[in-house]
Amino acid sequence: MRSDYVTDAPLASELLDFIESQRDKKGNLIAILHKAQEVYGYVPWDLAEKLSEELQVPLAKIYGVLTFYHYFKLNKPGKSTISVCMGTACYLQGAPELIDELSRILGIGVGETSADGEFSIESVRCVGCCGLAPVVTVDEDTFGKLSAGQLAEILGRYRAAHAEAEERMVAAGAGSAGATAEVNHG
Amino acid sequence: MGYSRYDLESPYSQFCYVCSGVGCEQKKSEDLYRNIKNEVRNRGIGASVQVVRTGCFGLCEKGPIVKMLPEETVYIDVKPEDAAELVERHLVKSEIVTRLQLKDTARRPHLEVKNDRGHYQKQVRIVLRNCGKIDPENIDEYIAREGYGALDKALFEMTPEQIIEELKLSGLRGRGGAGWPTWLKWNFGRKAAAAAGTAYVVCNADEGDPGAYMDRSTLEGDPHSVLEAMTIAAYTIGATQGYIYIRAEYPLAIKRLETAMKQARDYGLLGENILESGFSFDIEIRLGAGAFVCGEETALIASIEGERGTPKPRPPFPTDSGVWGMPTVINNAETWANIPVVILRGGKWFARIGTENSKGTKVFALTGKVNNTGLVEVPMGTTLREIIYDVGGGMQEGKAFKAVQTGGPSGGVITAGHLDTPIDFDNLAKLGSMMGSGGMIVLAEDDCIVDVTKFYLEFSVEESCGKCAPCRIGTRKMFNILDRFTKGTARPDDLWNLEVIADATKKASLCGLGQSAPNPILSTLQYFRHEYLAHIDDETCPAGVCKDLMKYSIDAEKCIGCTVCARKCPVACIDGKSKELHVIDQERCIKCGACVAACKFDAVLIA
Repeated sequence: MRSDYVTDAPLASELLDFIESQRDKKGNLIAILHKAQEVYGYVPWDLAEKLSEELQVPLAKIYGVLTFYHYFKLNKPGKSTISVCMGTACYLQGAPELIDELSRILGIGVGETSADGEFSIESVRCVGCCGLAPVVTVDEDTFGKLSAGQLAEILGRYRAAHAEAEERMVAAGAGSAGATAEVNHG
Repeated sequence: MGYSRYDLESPYSQFCYVCSGVGCEQKKSEDLYRNIKNEVRNRGIGASVQVVRTGCFGLCEKGPIVKMLPEETVYIDVKPEDAAELVERHLVKSEIVTRLQLKDTARRPHLEVKNDRGHYQKQVRIVLRNCGKIDPENIDEYIAREGYGALDKALFEMTPEQIIEELKLSGLRGRGGAGWPTWLKWNFGRKAAAAAGTAYVVCNADEGDPGAYMDRSTLEGDPHSVLEAMTIAAYTIGATQGYIYIRAEYPLAIKRLETAMKQARDYGLLGENILESGFSFDIEIRLGAGAFVCGEETALIASIEGERGTPKPRPPFPTDSGVWGMPTVINNAETWANIPVVILRGGKWFARIGTENSKGTKVFALTGKVNNTGLVEVPMGTTLREIIYDVGGGMQEGKAFKAVQTGGPSGGVITAGHLDTPIDFDNLAKLGSMMGSGGMIVLAEDDCIVDVTKFYLEFSVEESCGKCAPCRIGTRKMFNILDRFTKGTARPDDLWNLEVIADATKKASLCGLGQSAPNPILSTLQYFRHEYLAHIDDETCPAGVCKDLMKYSIDAEKCIGCTVCARKCPVACIDGKSKELHVIDQERCIKCGACVAACKFDAVLIA
């Protein structure tokens, strides 16, 4: 389950435990950043600062690694992440049109999160389902042989799921993190 | 020794294989597997029917796939809710569920088909020998198919010199791209390790080439083969620690590797005192984080060390100075998967397959405009024609073949005139392409060569690590020029500019990424120069892909004035009264194609 990142809160114990298990391993930085992103969904600037202090590694180095690798996100992702496969097969079968349509519907570009915090769009390298091209994944779900016309309906389904999760959360009186994480990570 | 735990006398008489490759898993094959298991249990036939999750069958398009043995019946598009019917009719009543059965034998890449004429016959499975045949999460099944037999042989019957000799006889070359002889790498590593006192072995599974996923399928379908091979290499060169560097984007492969490593340790096949031989070796997984350049050996090493994955000049080569400055042998996942077979069957046996200088098989990810997309494994020396027309089942929708792109962003195109060239490392290089990791993308008449080339350059621009100027600036400049071609704004001297920059980038870049990034341009200019010229001189895109070069107009004879196009046009640039001819205002048209899709009378023309 993903935790929300709160600036003033101490680091999640899950992350601290992992850091402890890795402390004596050489070259542990990338593994720790992976864990941080797994816990919070992204690695914002001041989390990087805290990690720098915790690991006694210069912030410049941490930031250098974070920005070098595409996998690390510096900004908070939407409740659902839409990844459009831009492998060659998908590109040839119309993936660029899918990105255009998503941008049009959500009013954001690749790598951005919609203003309502519902979705972010990413383009990814080959997800390895070339037979299903063009392919879009939303969180853990895969949609193959898509046309631009089907996207609005798919987004609608996730919007409804987000709203439902929200309702359940309110009904259960739980904290704000749990329910969204459920939709996000299944 | 835990090794002998496997009971060779199978208590089962029937087997139900459920594909759990990524393609199928994303179509709910896990639910299907669970439902089948439940149905089998509920019907009380669990003692005679074994339900197994297997690796990829290579027919991802038709997944989820279920294969029944011993009948060899293949079911496709099986949904979780089909489980009851399948179990009741096939397993209990011994009937064929015809509505789910795969009937067309011409569409069976990877599946063993009896009396197959041409299609599966052309494939030889060494790397993918166990994919789709064993449960990758069960070490016993790997062992039952001679798994860890090669390690046993290597540890107890062979000296390191003999192992290297066997590899030399086999002629095995690295499958990651450059095709460096594997025995040579191991030999260098072994010599350097003797001097340094320690060494590392690394599996490169940072498969980032768009359109290639053979490493992932190997690791998901047969993870033990890679672990076994790495252990053999460690014994040969004298390493005690190995790393598998794998993309974080491959969660299933990571999970299967972790399971496999744990099982191997439990069986005494990995860790301290392997098979009580006195030799110890263990493996750690290192996650990549989405940087294509990390497939380059020196960048990969930097990434294992937790740094930015930027390459370093070679020499020193990793076999002299790799991870933590120690001798390191890095092989690609597909190369590793060949090793146990070479050891077990012998180098001579392996060398019988393939061509003079390229031995064994190659796995290709066949995609694009062919009928059977998927993974295929063929002997080196198979012709492109055989792969595309026999294995691949020919062109989609009868489209005309234009070219096949191999080697991804580092490779080039091969045209119809060369379809009969036997494929191996040297022949592909001679044609201006390369083997690369084995992506094979078939292009048809309606694919624009300039657009495809731009796609690869965009990839190289994004993936250039930025360390050296020729690659950082060169790829960007080349991309910009190609972009002008596709937008109709190319200048007459752009073709010349493109060639000069391509040449400079190739010569001056630090690592393989930059040195090979111009290949798609150089290769397409060689064979499709006329298509580039058409984009400048005639301002047309012969394939009809580059939108900015297209002109939409309405055929006066076909238009009946139904107004549908005018209503669908997002920028309202189509004028015309009801029942009268409509006209598109070329100035305002954004070439979105909405009118083409909307017109029921095919009256919108594209030129």
